[in-house]
Amino acid sequence: MIKKKYALVALIPYLKRYRYKLALGFLMVICTVAASMLSPWVLKYVVDGLTKGIVSKKLLKYASYLLGISVVEGFFRFWMRRILIGVSRYIEYDLRNDFLAHVQDMSLSFLQTRSTGDIMSRATNDLNAVRSVLGPGIMYSMNTIVQVVIVTTILLKLNWKLTLLTYISLALASLTVKKFGGQIHDRFEEIQEQFSNLSTKAQENIAGIRVVKAFAREESEIGEFSRINLDYVQRNVALIRLWGIFYPLMTALIGMSSVALLWFGGYQVIQGYLTLGEFVEFMLYLAMLTWPTIAVGWVINIFQRGSASMGRILEIMDARQDIQDEPGACMPVQVQGALEFRNLTFQYLGARNPVLHNISVTVPAGATLAIVGHTGSGKSTLVNLIPRLFDPPPGTVFVDGQDVHLWPLSELRKNIGYVPQETFLFSETIRENIAFGNHSEMKDAEVEWAAHVSQIAQDIEGFSHKMETYVGERGITLSGGQKQRVAISRAVATLPKILIFDDSLSNVDTYTEERILAELTKIMKDRTTILVSHRISTVKAADMIIVLKEGEMVEYGNHESLMALQGVYSELYQKQLLEEELAVI
Amino acid sequence: MSIEAHEEVLGKAYDARLMRRLLAYIKPYRRSAYLAIVCLFAGSGFSIIQPILTKIAIDRYIRNGNFAGLSLISVIYILTLVLVFGLSFGQTWLINLMGQKIMYDLRMQIFGHIQKLDVSFFDKNPVGRLMTRVTTDVDALNELFTSGVISVFEDICTLSGIIILLFVLNFRLALAIFAILPLLVLTTLMFKIKVRNSYRKVRTAIARINAFLQENITGSAVIQLFSQQKKQYIRFTLINKDHLDANLESIFYYAIFFPLLEVISALAIALIVWYGGHQVLSGFLTMGTLVAFIQYSDRFFRPISDLSEKYTILQSAMASSERIFKLLDTEPSIVSLPVPKSLAVDKGCIEFRNVNFSYNPGEPVLKDISFKVDPGEKVAVVGATGAGKTTIISLLSRFYDVQEGEILVDGENIKKFDLQGLRKSIGIVLQDVFLFSGSVAENIRLWNKDITDERIIQAAETVHASQFIQKLDRQFSTEVGERGSSLSVGQKQLLAFARALAYDPKILILDEATSSIDTETELLIRDALEKLLAGRTSIMIAHRLSTIQNADRIIVLHHGRIRETGTHQELLRLKGIYWKLYQLQYKDQPDGVRS
Repeated sequence: MIKKKYALVALIPYLKRYRYKLALGFLMVICTVAASMLSPWVLKYVVDGLTKGIVSKKLLKYASYLLGISVVEGFFRFWMRRILIGVSRYIEYDLRNDFLAHVQDMSLSFLQTRSTGDIMSRATNDLNAVRSVLGPGIMYSMNTIVQVVIVTTILLKLNWKLTLLTYISLALASLTVKKFGGQIHDRFEEIQEQFSNLSTKAQENIAGIRVVKAFAREESEIGEFSRINLDYVQRNVALIRLWGIFYPLMTALIGMSSVALLWFGGYQVIQGYLTLGEFVEFMLYLAMLTWPTIAVGWVINIFQRGSASMGRILEIMDARQDIQDEPGACMPVQVQGALEFRNLTFQYLGARNPVLHNISVTVPAGATLAIVGHTGSGKSTLVNLIPRLFDPPPGTVFVDGQDVHLWPLSELRKNIGYVPQETFLFSETIRENIAFGNHSEMKDAEVEWAAHVSQIAQDIEGFSHKMETYVGERGITLSGGQKQRVAISRAVATLPKILIFDDSLSNVDTYTEERILAELTKIMKDRTTILVSHRISTVKAADMIIVLKEGEMVEYGNHESLMALQGVYSELYQKQLLEEELAVI
Repeated sequence: MSIEAHEEVLGKAYDARLMRRLLAYIKPYRRSAYLAIVCLFAGSGFSIIQPILTKIAIDRYIRNGNFAGLSLISVIYILTLVLVFGLSFGQTWLINLMGQKIMYDLRMQIFGHIQKLDVSFFDKNPVGRLMTRVTTDVDALNELFTSGVISVFEDICTLSGIIILLFVLNFRLALAIFAILPLLVLTTLMFKIKVRNSYRKVRTAIARINAFLQENITGSAVIQLFSQQKKQYIRFTLINKDHLDANLESIFYYAIFFPLLEVISALAIALIVWYGGHQVLSGFLTMGTLVAFIQYSDRFFRPISDLSEKYTILQSAMASSERIFKLLDTEPSIVSLPVPKSLAVDKGCIEFRNVNFSYNPGEPVLKDISFKVDPGEKVAVVGATGAGKTTIISLLSRFYDVQEGEILVDGENIKKFDLQGLRKSIGIVLQDVFLFSGSVAENIRLWNKDITDERIIQAAETVHASQFIQKLDRQFSTEVGERGSSLSVGQKQLLAFARALAYDPKILILDEATSSIDTETELLIRDALEKLLAGRTSIMIAHRLSTIQNADRIIVLHHGRIRETGTHQELLRLKGIYWKLYQLQYKDQPDGVRS
């Protein structure tokens, strides 16, 4: 676990990249504050001049000075914002890129333990909070520090007694911010907590509405909700009480410093220690401290939140990528696609029992292996181990006689065409989806060939934008079978040496299935093919068939020999015949 | 795209019809509202006169060396500070309290309304969407009631107060300053338009970033399989770059706007110095007034730039209220008669008479279904997936109303029953047991206070659920995780049995779980089921051989029609659909009779 306190330290390398910009930004802060100091000074001359009686020409000069100063100040302020806030956006950009790069190399087992929503919220909300530290957080803390230092110096020089007196209530105001800020933050957290209770209750009620209705529990549900709702309101009211005191108190305390100035400063003017101009000047400088007084607490808050968020981001960024190239990985002399499972026993991380027991099968290059079995028998797990979606134990899975661990990961995967059980297409065009796996640009003819193999070509002809039709966009959504066929095209398009179909024809009707299989046979000749299916019709023609049951290989052979065995396979076959009969009754 | 099209996407910022409806919620609390407004007026009033006090102090006392007068003014100043403190506390307190009460009412109304809606409504509306109505949408309205409306009031109050004061102080100087007002308004407007455009770009970009991220996380297996990380990364950096550029653009506008505001405000001060200075020299204006003008010019500019911020709050509140009202205006179609003929089921006799039903027009799920279940009879319904078994349950509980034919309970059409009474008389155990977060006990009684702890324990005892409950950390008080994730399928089933038994219904409907359960639990369930069914009319969607064998009668549903009826043995002899189903689904199960 990372200590959240120091999480922001992780930002230093990012900040270093922009050190010149940051330095320039800091210079702009100093220039801005310095320029803003000039106006009260000019106004002092105006007021003093007016009390003594000055010529109107000088008034015009002072007025134009004031305008000039604000233009110069504005110039610096423009660059201050642009540079400092800009840097925060650049770093946000860098951070987000790094986040994606890291996440997309994380293993499936890591991603499965976390919900997509959880990872997303780190990339959005938390990144935002961190961005606030980098932008407003840094800018305002620089600004506040510089401003307070300069104004205090000027005020002390002007009249140190008056300065001390007025600073008493300002200091109190700052303390108030700090004290209340912490409490407000705590109450806010409590509210958030109850808000999530409220959401959970609503979510559960709606998700379970059928149960609620079935048991006629509407009234008590409303009662329960009312209780949580009331608690939520009460927590809000507790915050309001603080809030209601906090801001008025701030205003009052800052106002007190004005009174101190008016009274004691006025006294000093009467006594002649201070000119009226200096009095006004003092008043204007004091007004400049209003914002920094409030900003201190605010900035502290930004840093606290940002630090917590950075901690959450680091939980992902610092997580180890457990499946990657291993030392000594190298390409075999020739890629042919021979496959072997050798005494393979596999257990998921944290699971009690292994899902695969002692599997040994050898598939020569170019042969077809079919895997049959009930749901949960370990079929998908077995094929997931070949491209190392999950890592098999060393010395158990071999491709071309070389342990998959000793293959460069990307080379291993490039030679495998995989059609997963759950089809996942990207919200791009059909062409882009088919060409997804290709590392070089695909020619039209090649894309069309891939579409033809999976029999999706005819369907595509019927779409208004043909190959350029967007998948999953409003209007046209593909059917389950069509999606599966696009996924098949995507896999064959890379012309891999090993093809894996993990129950990839389940949503395709038997007629289309036959035609796909016929097309596939043409390209399967010089490729090793693995077919996972629970449909006998799909696997009948395979060179070898294995039957898995609760992770164990219970039968091995081809269709004829397995039928003769009268075991699980033949029973499965009988049942499917029955199902087909039932369907037509 | 044209501006109009954009506006359409963002929605209207003000809709009189919605606003009127919203304001109706304030009505019960209008006293607080009035009082808050009074506080607000008084508060801004006292705060506005503070610079006047400074002016008086300078003109009358400081310049004349009157220390006693200066002290008096200081005391008055402190008094205004205290008053402003009290008044603004009062205002914040009152208005937020009112806001919270309204939100409470609104949330209860929405939640209560959701309870009444038809099941078919929930088929069409995802949980997440409905949830936001109760949570985020209501909060958006709170924003409107508390910070939105009130701070607009406050800003307008302060502005008009200052304008009046300035004119009273010095008519000509006030006019001179107001000359720059158009400049200010123009700058703000220009800025708003520019910023809104770049904000839109930012939003579009961030939406694309999030969509891309989401897709990449869910599709990470595919990306890794095809080794496309590098390509995806490059594509992501491009979208990310769009976001960066849009943000840099908006930073540019902000960076220009704020300094520009200051230049305009400096222009006002320069005017005061130049023109006001002249007037001081010629004796038309006092020194104190000049200082007061400088102080006011600062206070004057803030509310103007604030006001434009409120537009966004208003806009999102309107969008939220539109969605909320749309939900509240959806009326349920399945309701009790104004005066129901029957309040509860008495004997427990069920009859389906020529029932036809479809979820979507043209796709009939049940066709001409007729059957009768006598009081105390056990009927099993079997069929392949999609045969329409679950629909029968839903219709009996009036989750949906039949389109043709009728369903009778105790000889009375179920539409003539009190809806709640009917459902209370029918106990349902669904295949996928839904557990609420809360203790085991609460999950059995479902927050029904009429069900005592003794009855819960007894029910759990009877259906053999107490064995595993006793082993839990805190027995019946153990919190069940979200959707009961800490319990096994079999345990959830037993819990659902206990729930049904505790409610002691006349009619019991059971949709058996298909998932495999270990033999030990299987035996427990079998025995529990027998006890549960004793003395009740029951319809079971059976997946277990034992259940079927114990049924008095079996109905075979196939493609939405009743194709065969009879006992297990009779149907097997028929060698028809049931026989095939038996071979497929039940044959391999341990025999219920022998064990």
